[in-house]
Amino acid sequence: MSQIAPVFKREFLGYFRSPVAYVFLIVFLVASVGLAFFVGGFFKANQASLQSFFVFHPWLYLFLIPAVGMRLWAEERRGGTIELLFTLPLTTLDAVLGKFFAAWAFLGLALVLTFPLALTVGWLGDPDWGVIAAGYLGSALMAGAYLSVCALLSSLTKNQVIAFVLGVVVNLALVFLGWSVFNGLLSGFLPVSAVDFIANLGFIPHFDALSKGILDPRDFAYFGSVMALALTLNVVALER
Amino acid sequence: MIEVKGLVKTYGNKRAVDGVSFTVRPGDILGFLGPNGAGKSTTMKMITGYIRPDAGTATVAGIDVAKDPVAVKARIGYLPESAPAYGEMTVLEFLNFIAEVRGYRSGAERRERVERALARTHLEPVRRQAIETLSKGYKQRVGFAQALLHEPPCLVLDEPTDGLDPNQKNEVRALIKTMAADRAVILSTHILEEVDAICNRIILISKGKVVVDETPEAFHARRPGARLDAIFRELTTADA
Repeated sequence: MSQIAPVFKREFLGYFRSPVAYVFLIVFLVASVGLAFFVGGFFKANQASLQSFFVFHPWLYLFLIPAVGMRLWAEERRGGTIELLFTLPLTTLDAVLGKFFAAWAFLGLALVLTFPLALTVGWLGDPDWGVIAAGYLGSALMAGAYLSVCALLSSLTKNQVIAFVLGVVVNLALVFLGWSVFNGLLSGFLPVSAVDFIANLGFIPHFDALSKGILDPRDFAYFGSVMALALTLNVVALER
Repeated sequence: MIEVKGLVKTYGNKRAVDGVSFTVRPGDILGFLGPNGAGKSTTMKMITGYIRPDAGTATVAGIDVAKDPVAVKARIGYLPESAPAYGEMTVLEFLNFIAEVRGYRSGAERRERVERALARTHLEPVRRQAIETLSKGYKQRVGFAQALLHEPPCLVLDEPTDGLDPNQKNEVRALIKTMAADRAVILSTHILEEVDAICNRIILISKGKVVVDETPEAFHARRPGARLDAIFRELTTADA
């Protein structure tokens, strides 16, 4: 397990050795804040909360997280460095966790850099800081779940474009399962209990609860399970 | 010491390695010969724990690679074919990463290891250069530096002089000779002069099977006066 640290460090700093990190951070900040202001009606809502900021995250992550996750393994396969990595004295799990945590930390950094928005809300009104903290926590957990799926898909190919497209499609399915519009459609011909069950498999209901400040252990368990499952399959895929 | 017994690897319906057995003792520089596609690289990948054999065992210093791959990897220095490395890192960053994974966590010890590896492979002039900007000769040396860094008892080198100019080839051969004193070295090649220049043992494999396992002198004695490549051709095309 001590072998996670060097892998983490190399991977995390790796983002900053290329323009990827800067392009991603700028796009993320512009898009997340832009959506909150221009589409979400941040000011018009006249509420001291970040609700109009967080509500777009499931959709924003759909494209941005596959962009971060696609390189994790596909690039190692393409460059042949995967052979170097797996002939160093570390286990597959060390490498999987080191890389995953590095990419997750990078996404966490992007999220942290949106802090001026929270400060703005604090300056203009009197927000419930607990709810804002829960929103950030929920967004970070959801980002981890998206990322774990993308890491798994990246390990199946040496082509980053394929990894990206698969990441978008699979995550889109997971978003749709919990999207109210889709659930409304399903409830036309499925019993309520079945629709509830399907909705619970998706990202949005769990994230919504957290972003409203409801800390339900079941939502933590959901995101934790998605990550654990995807990363376990990631190890299996690499050891195959 | 490296001991290989009855290694088998099948890809689809092609048997890439078909019951290869041999032993390499400290002080041996084993030239692993054979036409392209004969199974040299596959055998090396099984010894270094990168791929799992379908049958047979490989042990390094008495440890079975299938049972404790991490312990085996810690005792091997491996230069994969075409020396893959993380191109966006500088030589120094890359070797520091390898040193960390190899367990040299304290700053002083790590620096010493890295400096020694840099000096040995004459990489000082390019230490702060990104690996992707280096010439092929330098890249190959980075691969060497990485393999030697922890002074392993076993060295596995896959085509170490491939693509180098004559001067660089000589330099690499000299380096291998100085490294070999009390180590077990396997190097694969299809350049026959190389065997004469540095090896004290020859294993010739063809179609996944060991055809010859003897000293270079005995190999020459098969057809006195004939050139090595004539003997090579005769042995590897006999049953084609």
